[in-house]
Amino acid sequence: MSKIKKTKEERKKEIIKAACRLFAKKGYYNTTIPDIAEELGMSVGNLYNYFHSKEELAKYIMQYSSKLLGDEIRKINEENISTKEKIYKIVRKFFEIGQEQPELIEYFLRVFLSNREVFEEGCEGFLCVQEVVTELMLFLEEGARKGELRQQDFFPAFVTLMGPLGGMVFLQGENVLPKKPIEYSDELAENIWRALKAD
Amino acid sequence: MKTLLWIQGLSCNGNTQSLLNAENPFFYEIFQKIKLIYHPSFSYRENLQTIIKKVKEEKIKINFLVVEGAVTSDKRFHKIGDYSVAQILEILKDRADYIIAAGNCASFGNIPATFPHNTDVKGVQYKFVQKEGFFPPDFKTRSGYPVINIPGCPMHPAWFTQTITALLEGKKVILDQFNRPKELFMYLPHDGCTRNEYFEWKVESEEFGHKEGCLFYNLGCRGPMTHAPCNKILWNRISSKTRAGMPCIGCTEFNFPLRENFFETKKNMGIPEEVPLGVSKRAYITITGVAKTLKNKRLMVKLEETD
Repeated sequence: MSKIKKTKEERKKEIIKAACRLFAKKGYYNTTIPDIAEELGMSVGNLYNYFHSKEELAKYIMQYSSKLLGDEIRKINEENISTKEKIYKIVRKFFEIGQEQPELIEYFLRVFLSNREVFEEGCEGFLCVQEVVTELMLFLEEGARKGELRQQDFFPAFVTLMGPLGGMVFLQGENVLPKKPIEYSDELAENIWRALKAD
Repeated sequence: MKTLLWIQGLSCNGNTQSLLNAENPFFYEIFQKIKLIYHPSFSYRENLQTIIKKVKEEKIKINFLVVEGAVTSDKRFHKIGDYSVAQILEILKDRADYIIAAGNCASFGNIPATFPHNTDVKGVQYKFVQKEGFFPPDFKTRSGYPVINIPGCPMHPAWFTQTITALLEGKKVILDQFNRPKELFMYLPHDGCTRNEYFEWKVESEEFGHKEGCLFYNLGCRGPMTHAPCNKILWNRISSKTRAGMPCIGCTEFNFPLRENFFETKKNMGIPEEVPLGVSKRAYITITGVAKTLKNKRLMVKLEETD
């Protein structure tokens, strides 16, 4: 039983990868379920066994990515290290994931942020990215509680942390970066740390 | 007939005032069942010195010794006749079946114990969280109970009358880790709070006195982390702080009033430092994020305007 389940999960991962690739290349609306099935060498009917609609697939990809990144940040949160070190690790981890599974980050930028209407129901607010947001809330709260980060509202701090990461990936997507994003990670982490740290 | 002797240490008399408002049973009904041998506000026949003398001579027996107010041995700060309240407790401690600390001062020290010029102010068996009150941690009265704490600033009269009635009838009173009767203090003001729906959906109140909104996030309400049945056993049978739009200030807790600002929820980066009892911060943040997203329209308008 568990073997079959694992296989299904593996298959879902492949579907996500292919779908992300196509969505990023052709756009969300120009990509159809038959396109994705063809890319995978699967029958359309079989693909529907995994996802009932393109919209369901689109939301699932976000939840999947959020869990992936959230789990990694959680591990960093639970480490007994300084807030500064955590920032360095979070930034590096983000770019590592971006390097290993670039399609997920591309998807976030080019589908999730650009086609908000697809995600209005069931994925509104933080619903689909809850894991990441929760872990970053815990991280920022702890940093401020320990006096290592400056007290401020959550949202400015949140975008100060996440904004540069998305920006770097965007630049990479535009093919203007001379180096890989991960090679900028320490410099970027230092900027974020300086922006957020207590005086 | 069982007897009760009431003494006052450092106190504002608030618990006595509260007890006078007792209903079901009323104050005089209670003292028809129990002989009140002394209370500083009501007794006139004999003064406490005379009574203590009679207790020593075993002419008077004490079943219930009730202490209101914090204890100090320093007579410059508190004196009854020639005695400090500490001396009176020392004389009477082995002569009472039960010792009840009425109110937060007697239970945990409360405001008097924060006085910086006399560090020898404490509760009867506790000083705030520490079991470093006037009596040693293992002290028990001859009935086998430690000091029974009925905290609150003031305590609700029914908490006192229920406890004493149970003891009078020989029922076992189970105590929590701070020696409070569990039957009463296993509840939180959050239980029965009329604002629970607002708490669930994270609709926050911005002002005191409004009927709408939860008082936790912006106004410092301690309802989800305080042990007290204020919304189960209502005050004057009709209301409570939170029902009236005033945040719970946690006055039944051992750490009252050590907090800096009662009307502020301590936050870091906009996230509450303390979360309701029983959940991890991670779980709380996840739930609140979801709740905020799924808005409940009914809670966005004044109650009078709802259908």
